[in-house]
Amino acid sequence: MSSNPVPSSKPVKSIDLHIGEAEPGCKKRDPILIADGVSRTFGGLKAVDVDHVEIPRGAITALIGPNGAGKTTLFNLLTGFDKPDTGSWTFEGRSLSGMPAFKVARMGQVRTFQLTKALGLLTVMDNMLLGAKGQSGENLFRAMLPFFWRKQEEDNKARAIDILTRFKLDTKKDDYAASLSGGQRKLLEMARALMSEPTLVMLDEPMAGVNPALTQSLLDHILNLKTQGMSVLFVEHDMHMVRHIADWVIVMAEGRVVAEGDPHEVMRNPAVIDAYLGQHHDEDLGADPSAEKEHVVAIKELLDDEL
Amino acid sequence: MIDWGAIFSNAAVELISPTTAAYALAALGLAVHFGYTGLLNFGQAGFMALGAYGYAISILSFGFPVWGAVLVGIGASVVFALVLGIPTLRLRADYLAIVTIAAAEIVRLLFTTNTFEPLTGSANGLSGYKGGFAALNPIPPGSYGFGPFEYNAYDWWLRIVAWTIVVLACLFTWQIMRSPWGRVIKGIREDEDAVRALGKNVYSYKMQSLVLGGVFGTIAGMIFVLPRAVVPSNYQTSLTFFIYAILLLGGAATILGPVIGSMIFWVLLSFFSGFIARAVEAGWLPFMTSIQAGQLRFILVGVAIMLIVIFRPQGIFGNKKELAFVK
Repeated sequence: MSSNPVPSSKPVKSIDLHIGEAEPGCKKRDPILIADGVSRTFGGLKAVDVDHVEIPRGAITALIGPNGAGKTTLFNLLTGFDKPDTGSWTFEGRSLSGMPAFKVARMGQVRTFQLTKALGLLTVMDNMLLGAKGQSGENLFRAMLPFFWRKQEEDNKARAIDILTRFKLDTKKDDYAASLSGGQRKLLEMARALMSEPTLVMLDEPMAGVNPALTQSLLDHILNLKTQGMSVLFVEHDMHMVRHIADWVIVMAEGRVVAEGDPHEVMRNPAVIDAYLGQHHDEDLGADPSAEKEHVVAIKELLDDEL
Repeated sequence: MIDWGAIFSNAAVELISPTTAAYALAALGLAVHFGYTGLLNFGQAGFMALGAYGYAISILSFGFPVWGAVLVGIGASVVFALVLGIPTLRLRADYLAIVTIAAAEIVRLLFTTNTFEPLTGSANGLSGYKGGFAALNPIPPGSYGFGPFEYNAYDWWLRIVAWTIVVLACLFTWQIMRSPWGRVIKGIREDEDAVRALGKNVYSYKMQSLVLGGVFGTIAGMIFVLPRAVVPSNYQTSLTFFIYAILLLGGAATILGPVIGSMIFWVLLSFFSGFIARAVEAGWLPFMTSIQAGQLRFILVGVAIMLIVIFRPQGIFGNKKELAFVK
């Protein structure tokens, strides 16, 4: 793997998230999302079959697993984009089962997509403004009378510029989203999700197809989400990245949660190695000592800078 | 010899004819559906038929006043849009296309069938419903205008009302499309899942768009029948395709496109038919009968549309930049 992100600052890890043993389905101190008995079959294939899982609040949780483990399907179920065969789940104590996707998003649980969905023929600014919640001008009758929504529109624009500046997209605000590069579209999608002021951000493979130069900035943005008090759940394949930024890792295989735990410990879990060995016995699970050394060197350099 | 003056003046008349206004308004409805929301409505002829019959039947059979008849037509098209939209708008775009094309044909055949002859007049259609509209005319009787644009009081009244409605509909559409509502609608055209993920009720927005564009089509249907009679064969699928041609000619996601597109379409159609008919008479096209000449104009229109789509796919008013990204 060439993409080996070097931290621009050492992320502050959230620790002590769980109660009791770090095992599949273990209780969290402060869960934001709790799912019970969620299952989904496609024909004869049981894509997702999760007995119990809790996502901790105020932390970055990674959902990993080999291809076909059901990560994206679970994502779709939790966000209302797909209907489960059985199961219930609550978000901030409120039941989400059977709720359509747009209501889930309104409650503060916003997702991005594995294949980026930038709205190509809308400008970057329009993409951003679309993310804002509770716009009175989105009602057809009030849309006719600009004085109902002009003030709110100005406020939203100011906020959009603010977020775009952080994502270094402010100079592109009047361009069509279709003219952005793949990585910039990923950034735009994340920035757009932030416009809705979510409490839980769900990122489906945020690094897929992003070049290494942009990876670092994306990583920093994800870490910033936590600093700003949001919880993050993301699906990812790059183990270095997972280990670098995740506070908690949930491992799925064949539709089930097979392991949970601290990113460093979970990689040593035999169930995780089994899950991956079935497919990629030569894949680096993040236990690569040379990569470890690189990180240590990078962190040392940073510490030296600070002294 | 060919009478060029007559050909050109007949063509110029189409510029402000009520038929042109009706097609412009119907095309504006399609712009809301197809250009802005991405809904493939192939049943605009059905919406127009509902407007025409809703207006005529309310007046002839139930003695409604003009405003009552207009409301009946609009109500019928709202119900029609809901019936079409409720089962199909949750599905992929193609399903709406299939259902609308079939539903528009069902509407036309229901109006054609003999079973309802006392109400619909069957294949002969309806006439004699213009009294109420003519009675509202404030223009004193007489003939006004200049050159080819000389009409009596009723014809001027009809043109003024028709084009006022078109202008108001354009202003209304322009205003809502630059509002946050229009932004959601355009977002749905690009990718409805992304819009859903941002907390917008996509289904409801698509329904609003379907109803709104349908109501435009219905009012267009009423304008369409005021200078002529209601005849069911006018509402064939080809009507929808002419309106699509106008929309693509002007530019799908534009406000002025449907209006200017409709003017160009009718002026050209009139010019071609006038020219070919006279050319056949004058013996310029010896291989052709005058019946064949009547059909040739539609072939020429077809060729013209193909040329537009190939060489100027964004239409006359469309933004070239937008299409630079269309795969």
